[in-house]
Amino acid sequence: MITALRIGLQRGLLEIKQFNRAREAVVFTIAFPVILLFIFGSVFNDEIAPGVTFSQYFVAGMIASGLVNSGFQNLAITIPMERDTGALKRLRGTPMPPSAFFIGKGIQVLYSMSLQVILLLAFGALFFGLELPSEASRWIAFAWIIALGSISAAILGIAFSTVPKSGRAASAVVSPIVIVLQFFSGVFFVFSQLPGWMQQFAALFPLKWLTQGMRYVFLPDSFASQEVAGSYELGRIAIILILWTIVGTFLAVKTFAWSRK
Amino acid sequence: MISIRNLRKSYGSEEVLHGIDLDIERGEIFALLGPNGAGKTTTVEILEGYRKRDGGEVSVLGIDPEKATMQWRDSIGIVLQDSADFPDLTVRETISHFRHYYSRARDVAHLIESVGLGEKSDQKIRTLSGGQRRRLDVALGIIGSPELLFLDEPTTGFDPKARRSFWDLIKNLRDEGTTILLTTHYLDEAEALADRVGVIAEGRILEVAPPTTLGGREKAMAKVSWRDQFGSLHQVETNSPTEMVAKLIAEFDGEIPSLSVKRPTLEEIYLEMIGENDSELVDEVAP
Repeated sequence: MITALRIGLQRGLLEIKQFNRAREAVVFTIAFPVILLFIFGSVFNDEIAPGVTFSQYFVAGMIASGLVNSGFQNLAITIPMERDTGALKRLRGTPMPPSAFFIGKGIQVLYSMSLQVILLLAFGALFFGLELPSEASRWIAFAWIIALGSISAAILGIAFSTVPKSGRAASAVVSPIVIVLQFFSGVFFVFSQLPGWMQQFAALFPLKWLTQGMRYVFLPDSFASQEVAGSYELGRIAIILILWTIVGTFLAVKTFAWSRK
Repeated sequence: MISIRNLRKSYGSEEVLHGIDLDIERGEIFALLGPNGAGKTTTVEILEGYRKRDGGEVSVLGIDPEKATMQWRDSIGIVLQDSADFPDLTVRETISHFRHYYSRARDVAHLIESVGLGEKSDQKIRTLSGGQRRRLDVALGIIGSPELLFLDEPTTGFDPKARRSFWDLIKNLRDEGTTILLTTHYLDEAEALADRVGVIAEGRILEVAPPTTLGGREKAMAKVSWRDQFGSLHQVETNSPTEMVAKLIAEFDGEIPSLSVKRPTLEEIYLEMIGENDSELVDEVAP
């Protein structure tokens, strides 16, 4: 257990080093959401409710998406690539405890996710009128939503990593799923204005709940009445994220493959 | 060290290993030879704990590789084919990291020097040549001071000079007491390194012997050839080449033109064994 943690930490440091040196990945996961924020924030700056501009609404959604990008998308693409290069097979042949590998991935997700959230918060606050919450309760919610969100996204990314047939195909398989979920979950449009079937479909997946949680953190209480349920439903958010984490862990343990068959 | 009894493996309905028996002794270099698709890699991957078998008994360092523990992995080293991982890390960073996995890790600087990557230690792995890359693979395979090292076609794509210095590296490991299981397509490599070779074809072991006696090589006829005073070439196959040469010495005054005494190479013996196996197969398949 101690060995797994010690080696997991070393793996985390190595993962961060590799992540920082793969420039395309850094740009793709970190800068892309900020670029989107600039585009959407500049095009749509109308008020969507009293005291709430679309750019504020959009920042909340983009932070939620950031969890999905740096957890799910990042791992579901990089793990198949590592399977192709033989990195996973090599690791499997060493005395590295398998849990250390996943601890390392978790550390890397935490790292890239923090960078992304800090950047989005900074740009949102500086240019698009995002108000950082002043109450402790909202920061507490922020912390647990980030924690549950990144854990569930990372585990689902690991579980999904056996779906793409190759590292090269991974990006083409994973990215469209994320983009469609972003549209359906009310990242790019106000969720309550989407067609009902789209809302119901999105409610099956974690991203919709993450965006809703982030709206609780960054938007005023008055906006709750604009939500489909008329409230931010914090309890339900926690339940859905925990359920997905359990399902994801089960699938990951059952299906994870260290080498291509 | 390694003991295999009646090992069987099928992929789908096709059986690829039809009952392999093999023992590998502590401290030897054992080369497993065989054509592509003969079952070399399948056998080795079962020994390494990567694949499950369908039948038979396997023991590696006293343990069934299907029940591999971290402690067992601490004592073995694996050098796989075709690795292309960690392109963005340097040689030193990668080796230093793998040190954390093992209880008896070697000194990093010394290891880098001994695999001949001293001048490359701060270069990104993506900039290494094929041969340098394989040396790194070997470094990662032996960093934990393994008792048993698996080397899967380690010198594919090497130039002759790089191959020679690689062989020296492997011999040094044997001299340190490492047991080595090598698979290779190069018969000269098996001859230079292996204490014993095993020939595998169509999922069966054909023979296990030292390279000098494989396939009755030591008893095979030698070919003595020379040119007579008119310049035409003569060749005689004989069991007593020394006697033949002595006769020629008596016949010629001084140098015997173009004299050569050739014993069959390991490659010739091997090809003959593989060829026979093919023809047997044809017989079996014929109605």
